[in-house]
Amino acid sequence: MTPLTAHSALEPAGPLASQILRLFWLYFDVSALVFTLVIAVLGLALGRKAEAGSERSEPSSSAQRGKRRVVIGATVATALTLLGLLVASVATGHAMAQLPASAPLRVQVIAHKWWWEFRYSVSGRATQFSTAYELHVPVGQPVELQLVATDVIHSFWVPSLSGKRDAIPGKHNVLLIRADRPGSYEGACAEYCGTEHANMRFLVIAEAKAQFAAWREHQLDPAPAPQTPLEQRGFQLFASSRCAACHTISGTDAFATVGPDLSHLASRTRLAMGTLANDPSHLQRWLEDPQRDKPGVQMPSTPLSADDQRALVAYLRSLR
Amino acid sequence: MTVIEDPLAPAAPTSEPRSHSAVYDWLASTEHTALGRRFIVTAFTFFLLGGVLALLMRLQLARPLGQLLGPDRYNQLFTTHGSTMMFLFAVPMMQGLGLYFVPLMVGARNLAFPRLASFAFWIYVFGGITLYFALLSNTGPDAGWFAYVPLAGPEHSPGKRVDVWAQLITFTELSALSVAVNLIVTTFKHKAPGLSLDRLPIFVWSSLVTSFMVLFAMPAIIVASSCLALDRLVGTHFFNPAEGGDALLWQHMFWFFGHPEVYIIFLPGLGMVSEIVVTASQRSLFGYVPVVLANVATAILAFGLWVHHMFATGLPQLGASFFTGASILIAIPTGVQFFCWIATLWGSRPKLNAPFAFILAFFVTFLIGGLTGVMLAAVPINVQVHDTFFVVAHLHYVLIGGAVFPLFGGLSHWFPKLTGRALSERLGLLSCALVFVGFNVAFFPQHLLGLRGMPRRIYSYLPETGWGFWNLISTLGAFTLGLGALVFLFNAARSLRSHSQAPADPWRGHSLEWAQSSPPPAAHEREIPVVESRYPLWIGALGRVTGLAADEQLVTRVVDAEPDHVLQVAEPSVMPFFTAIATAGLIIACLFTPWGLPAGLVFVSAALVVWFWPTDTRPGFETKQRLRVERSGGTR
Repeated sequence: MTPLTAHSALEPAGPLASQILRLFWLYFDVSALVFTLVIAVLGLALGRKAEAGSERSEPSSSAQRGKRRVVIGATVATALTLLGLLVASVATGHAMAQLPASAPLRVQVIAHKWWWEFRYSVSGRATQFSTAYELHVPVGQPVELQLVATDVIHSFWVPSLSGKRDAIPGKHNVLLIRADRPGSYEGACAEYCGTEHANMRFLVIAEAKAQFAAWREHQLDPAPAPQTPLEQRGFQLFASSRCAACHTISGTDAFATVGPDLSHLASRTRLAMGTLANDPSHLQRWLEDPQRDKPGVQMPSTPLSADDQRALVAYLRSLR
Repeated sequence: MTVIEDPLAPAAPTSEPRSHSAVYDWLASTEHTALGRRFIVTAFTFFLLGGVLALLMRLQLARPLGQLLGPDRYNQLFTTHGSTMMFLFAVPMMQGLGLYFVPLMVGARNLAFPRLASFAFWIYVFGGITLYFALLSNTGPDAGWFAYVPLAGPEHSPGKRVDVWAQLITFTELSALSVAVNLIVTTFKHKAPGLSLDRLPIFVWSSLVTSFMVLFAMPAIIVASSCLALDRLVGTHFFNPAEGGDALLWQHMFWFFGHPEVYIIFLPGLGMVSEIVVTASQRSLFGYVPVVLANVATAILAFGLWVHHMFATGLPQLGASFFTGASILIAIPTGVQFFCWIATLWGSRPKLNAPFAFILAFFVTFLIGGLTGVMLAAVPINVQVHDTFFVVAHLHYVLIGGAVFPLFGGLSHWFPKLTGRALSERLGLLSCALVFVGFNVAFFPQHLLGLRGMPRRIYSYLPETGWGFWNLISTLGAFTLGLGALVFLFNAARSLRSHSQAPADPWRGHSLEWAQSSPPPAAHEREIPVVESRYPLWIGALGRVTGLAADEQLVTRVVDAEPDHVLQVAEPSVMPFFTAIATAGLIIACLFTPWGLPAGLVFVSAALVVWFWPTDTRPGFETKQRLRVERSGGTR
């Protein structure tokens, strides 16, 4: 199967989104039929020649009886159609709840203003690691997402994989998803959560089991140490400036959790919850003034000389 | 001719008209026509303001990475747009039409409580001014018209923005409740003799039903917004999970009001559809009783489906299924009304005039909104499209389809009665075509955008999403819709400046308002008719009540509308205006300090004491003996 890049409920890549889409098309077809029927009958009603010659005449009582039968029939048909749709909806909901949850991968999803943190624990090992923006999952394996929010209500939504589920402060929600095709599935926060609600995207990357395992092993590794003198200078800047007050880089003294974990920043495809491509020029643009591309974001701008900036970018780019 | 009692008493003393300045008279007016017209004009103004905000948002979204507005401004705009359209346009507009037409349609001289209606108007205006003053001073609410906590709480929304929203709720709820009790009592107690409940025009029924809904829905939001204000102002923790509060509690209370609110807005619209369908077809409504029962059933069911706004919060599946059932069920009464309208129109060859054209637009758009509503009732579909542009499309199909198209139809239908001038038919049809085409071009593509993953309430999106094309189309449609609204407004302005007098009954109407001149005479000059059928201007003849003094209002029994007693109509008074000022002062002071409440109450109480100071001691009940109820008093 070719990898898919999708962010649409119309392009399902897992059993939940597929079942929802099937139900949607059923409702859509019934709606289209009802719409056509009602408008056609309305057209007929208006186009029909007058039932009686004189103005403002009431229809005969036999015509009224006929109409009464039709209206009662239409009401009964409406009720039966709606009952059918209700049964279909409940049946789909039931089927979705039956998704086999054997040996699911458990990932903690922590919603922040305005970024997504994904925390993986590996069974049998004390260590855990945390990423931002990218949620990697193995293809075909159910993933149990444990949704929490640290500040306000957010909503986790990957249209190609499933419906949305809110992350609510003071509440623990669980969403079970499964990706059946390898690919990248874009997600977004769906519940309005304040200033930068629009730039609170994330990406679900579904990959083959072996690939996923390799990715996980790599994420468990401490961040690569700076190699070149430029990178070393960048690291010094990172550690001594306010960067370290908010971010973690594993294997260093930076372990703050206010902002995303940067241990493997360069392995991610995009920056700032998908707002910018993850390349040196955009990284530099981001560090210069985060407010330019994501106004309201809590990260302050970093006033640095051009050389320092180059060094910091070089170091962050080395965090593969 | 039936005489209830012998005419014993002399004619009631008529009070000498005191002379006041024009401004005083204007502020003191208790004529329901003047008050209704003020509500309608003010609500239409807010409709245009809310529309301007919508166009600004559409400009921002027309292209990816739009640069017109930043997130801070955008969030204020969409919050103010939603709050305006719900609280400052839709509800007051429908209530304003009720204030104007319900007394006319039930053959009353005035409202039951005209001074209360005056108070309601001023409170409403002050609330609207507060909101727009806040928006213009960069203090517009920005937590959404639904103000979900904890986002709207003190920690995440510092400053006064959300307080402005909470107090706007206080203003508009006071106003809405004051009008609702007015319409209920006017309908129950001031019907013309013979206009029993089973003869009420459908618009009056729908206005009665929605007024009851207001009575039951508004307390929920008053409690909710008061708790929010307490959390923000005095540090309570109703909604703070860290201190044992509950974030979802807000959503339950808000939607227990918020969902019925939708029906509060469009049930009067459906009532207008019934009136215009009957007038256009020149036939009695097919299935009067089922249509009335459909209104009542909708009102009751409306309170049982609020949770379908909360399916994504992770509620137990069984409970969710119950709300799916309830949400789907409500389609049945609406379906019944559709079938009855079509049966009424069947073979009646209605003339395509502007009011009826708007009703045809209503049929198409509201049907689509209803069908997508059934989709949203299904939990699996709901969690996929909830909080996306699919829902933006759905809600506008329901509210513009179910309320604004009928409203434009109703305003066209009743314009002669409201103003004494006739609208241009050609301009009316042109505005209808523009609004209809613009509306569908603006909102239909949004269904697709939502399915393709575009969430609501985002100020910006990336070019890679592929949403740019349909967003641009949607923006073009929105401007066409705006142009249509301007043509409608131009048509009205042009007619108002003309000197052609509209006839009393240009459409061969069936209900009592068409028996009055256009515009209707002042309350004290109005004759009370006596009614013998459901379509008093078509079937049977109008009688009349004589013996009523100029400042008196007839009170009849609730069900059969037989005369009961006579009441003096409240005299014009400026006290409702001053009480509204004192109340507005209290509400605004509470934005800043909780001491605003006790301090404000002093002024409000003082104003109320003056307002209710007894001035007239004439007993109401004795005067009944002067009344004559003449039935079948000649032909129409």
